[in-house]
Amino acid sequence: MEFEKAIEKNIEEFGFPVIIDEKSGALQWVDLREMNIRYLVSIENIMPFFEGLREGKLLATRCRDCGEIFFPPQKDCPTCKDSNMEWIELAKEGVLETLTVVFVRPPSFSNYDPYTVAIAKLDDGVRITAWLKGDPKKVKPGQRVKVEISKRKEGYLMYELIPIEG
Amino acid sequence: MVAIIGVGHSKFGNRRDVSIPELAWEAIKPALDTANIEQKDIDFFVIGTAGVWSSEAAVAPLIAEYAKLEPAGSMRVEAACATGSAAIRVGYTAIKSGEADVVLILGIEKMQESTNPIVIELIGRFGNFFWEFENFGLTFPAYYALYATAYMAKYNASEEDFARVAVKNHFYGARNPYAQFQKEITIEQALNSPYISWPFKLFDCSPITDGASAVIMVSDDKVKEWKIDERVFILSQGVGTGTANLSKRDNFTSLKSAVYAAEIAYRKAGIDIDNPCKYLDGANVHDCFTSAEIIAYEDLRFAKRGEGVELIREEQTYIGGKIPVNVDGGLKAKGHPIGATGVSQAVEAYKQLLNKAEKGRQIDVVNGKYLTHNIGGTGHYAYVTIYGLER
Repeated sequence: MEFEKAIEKNIEEFGFPVIIDEKSGALQWVDLREMNIRYLVSIENIMPFFEGLREGKLLATRCRDCGEIFFPPQKDCPTCKDSNMEWIELAKEGVLETLTVVFVRPPSFSNYDPYTVAIAKLDDGVRITAWLKGDPKKVKPGQRVKVEISKRKEGYLMYELIPIEG
Repeated sequence: MVAIIGVGHSKFGNRRDVSIPELAWEAIKPALDTANIEQKDIDFFVIGTAGVWSSEAAVAPLIAEYAKLEPAGSMRVEAACATGSAAIRVGYTAIKSGEADVVLILGIEKMQESTNPIVIELIGRFGNFFWEFENFGLTFPAYYALYATAYMAKYNASEEDFARVAVKNHFYGARNPYAQFQKEITIEQALNSPYISWPFKLFDCSPITDGASAVIMVSDDKVKEWKIDERVFILSQGVGTGTANLSKRDNFTSLKSAVYAAEIAYRKAGIDIDNPCKYLDGANVHDCFTSAEIIAYEDLRFAKRGEGVELIREEQTYIGGKIPVNVDGGLKAKGHPIGATGVSQAVEAYKQLLNKAEKGRQIDVVNGKYLTHNIGGTGHYAYVTIYGLER
């Protein structure tokens, strides 16, 4: 951590974990109670989604009563107020609606080069947000794209968008 | 009727020279002074702070202790970047319901208690955590950039058009002694700044800011009892909510939550939805990013769909134009201390309507009505508030 050396040195020299802020010149106490947070997000009820990724498919839930498709997949249909869902495979192609290239990344994504995030409307009307592979300068909203499942640097499977040539 | 009778505003920017309660006091003291009341007169107070980047969790009691507000009732509210307006909402409804007569609203944020990378990390999580942040690393500029790209493609707008918004807001920031950036910029400077999230460059983005702002709100009975002349009324407020995921929205050139909130606010204030500029003397809109200001012109019906960009090209949102917008510098140049922004907009409405704005940035008050538009998250929360000189 960027503060560690300064803290050590200043505890030794001044007796406290302090630094002078470069911009304001104001004295800061540097919190010693550093914390790492890792959340546990339940995916128990959308497990088939992840099984689908393993089979190379992008899955969503559909209400058997009203037919609404949910992506991100939902366990419950708030319209019918029941949980009579089936799993369906989404269309493999669609149209790019918008994109951005993320240059300034969160520290937790610093192991990636700048990445392109896009939203596509699949041919069944469902929209997905995903990374777009390839040169972002060569695509514009309206471009046909396909969905593929591939491995991330961390080794896990995730869906992504790829421009369709021609 | 609910009136604002006092306001306070700290200098926005890097405020590592003060602690959280010290920063709060910079806004609370002038608010008490301008309202000419004491702490004992306050029967409820609301603290708006998002606060994931700063050390203190129990902010309302902390402020109560430092500023001697206890034992009056309080709560802390959060609605992402619309936190300040949510705090105003609580005070407004508390007074309207008759539960309170004199309410202090404080918006405060000390974002710079954390380093910039940590703030970028945390703020990226203000979308949908799993389906946007965890797997696709969205940042806050990225969410709004998705709207900017769609707007550019649909209406033939350019990065230069977005830069014009930055130039205007820095022009007015330079005239606001409370602003984080008090320097004018040129279009070239904006266009030559580094990319943050294409098509946004550094000068398209609001900064990471520390700041506090406060208002004192009272019932109409108190206005009459205390014979208060210097006050503005909240004529109406519309509130809307949007989906968590951007992918659940049907277009990226408008915020449905904002359109919804605006329609309610206009209707309740008796403003013709097809021509609001005729009724309003000015507005503050949520320019967290430059393109967001242009989309706000359209969501608020200052311009037709696709024509918001014309307003900035023709400089119609400078003072003297069709409707002056963000003449305090906006989030872009004044700074965007998350919880303080909505309250800062209320302070601006008060100052503008009462002709108290600083030299070079006072609008002409003709109709005596002012609008504020404050958006939380990526369009998750929308607050549109109309302020007026007359009841």
